Amino acid sequence: MAKIIAGMGTSHTPAIGAALDLGKTKEPYWAPIFQGYEGAKAWMAEHKPDVAIIVYNDHVNAFDFKIIPTFAIGCGDEYPIADEGWGPRPVPVVKGYPEMAAHIAQSLILDDFDMTIINEMEVDHGLTVPLSVAYGAPAEWPVRVIPLAVNVVQYPAPSGRRCYNLGKAIKKAVESWGEDLNVVVFGTGGMSHQIQGPRAGLINSEFDKAFLDGLSQDPEKLADIPGVVYMREAGNEAIELVMWLMMRGALGDQVDEVFRFYHVPASSTGVGSIILETHDYHEQNKQRSAA
Amino acid sequence: MSESQEEYEDIPGTWVFDAARSRQGYALNKFLYSLMKPENRAAFKGDEPAYLDRFGMTEGQRKAVLTRDWNAMLAQGGVSYALAKLAFTDEHSYQFMAAEMTGLSQQQYLDMMVSGGRSIEGWRSKKERGEA
Repeated sequence: MAKIIAGMGTSHTPAIGAALDLGKTKEPYWAPIFQGYEGAKAWMAEHKPDVAIIVYNDHVNAFDFKIIPTFAIGCGDEYPIADEGWGPRPVPVVKGYPEMAAHIAQSLILDDFDMTIINEMEVDHGLTVPLSVAYGAPAEWPVRVIPLAVNVVQYPAPSGRRCYNLGKAIKKAVESWGEDLNVVVFGTGGMSHQIQGPRAGLINSEFDKAFLDGLSQDPEKLADIPGVVYMREAGNEAIELVMWLMMRGALGDQVDEVFRFYHVPASSTGVGSIILETHDYHEQNKQRSAA
Repeated sequence: MSESQEEYEDIPGTWVFDAARSRQGYALNKFLYSLMKPENRAAFKGDEPAYLDRFGMTEGQRKAVLTRDWNAMLAQGGVSYALAKLAFTDEHSYQFMAAEMTGLSQQQYLDMMVSGGRSIEGWRSKKERGEA
């Protein structure tokens, strides 16, 4: 059976992707960020997950305002890279896993989550920057991707609780897929940032650090935070953090934190990342390395 | 006004993109979205007013676009991610646009971010700030 081995939370700040694409990773402004992500890259290289379910939001690229799905799952063969206004990022096409995605979609809908099915779409920085920070700049992405897009652009985004519960349903869906595969779930976006209006540039590091602690130790409490609190306390666009709760919900009750990184700023955002292994997987690894 | 709307409308310096603003900004955002295609970016740059004629925007929205008044676009239903496409068409970064929205110079905005960003203190509530 397939199993979820870990979750990775990460910002998906477009400027991080641009810095990588333009070869700026050694510049003083960017070096701490790319150094910070080295631990995440090492984890991915060591554990080599077969499939990544990437919870992200589109930024008015695949979806304009004709259709705004709250939760949508990608069931396509592959996803080309969107031209967000300056040409597509020079990164590989993202390969999907349509059979497994369709199984997950079906399982989620039967579990009362009304998913929108996407068979064709382009993906933007919300999905590609997490791949870049986890894998660097390979010729092909070494993982099959199932995109799970969440509306956080038009108010209201789904609640943290709803996302957390959808994560739990993702765990069930993955574990009912027959193939022996290791799956990682990405929760992306955030952390604190506001990128509109006179309050732009807002960063609340205390909020971000408390969120990272809570994700690791007390996700139930985090799931109760109302959307407006993220927006007020950590910036209008910090609402993206509800997507990290979907990742957390998919990991089960007990997790082991194996990586954390936080830095201010990347462009207008507080950059954070965390890797949480599911407890079963963590224990297995311990036994394996002891043997 | 619902309880929740009252709460988010109390956030200072922010236009929360809700259903009403989405409706109000539909034509404006449609124009901004069109800038994802290189041929549309070229047509817009070639003759901005003529290009805008295709979208049925209000006079106020047109003026905000032509003068690159980002906050006026937000106030009239524009959404930040769509606005970014106009900034990119002008060959500016997102950070350039964000700085302009705050009234700070580019250097002041960069300095603020590098020194930890704008503090939440004093920026929680319009009521607290005496703006409501």
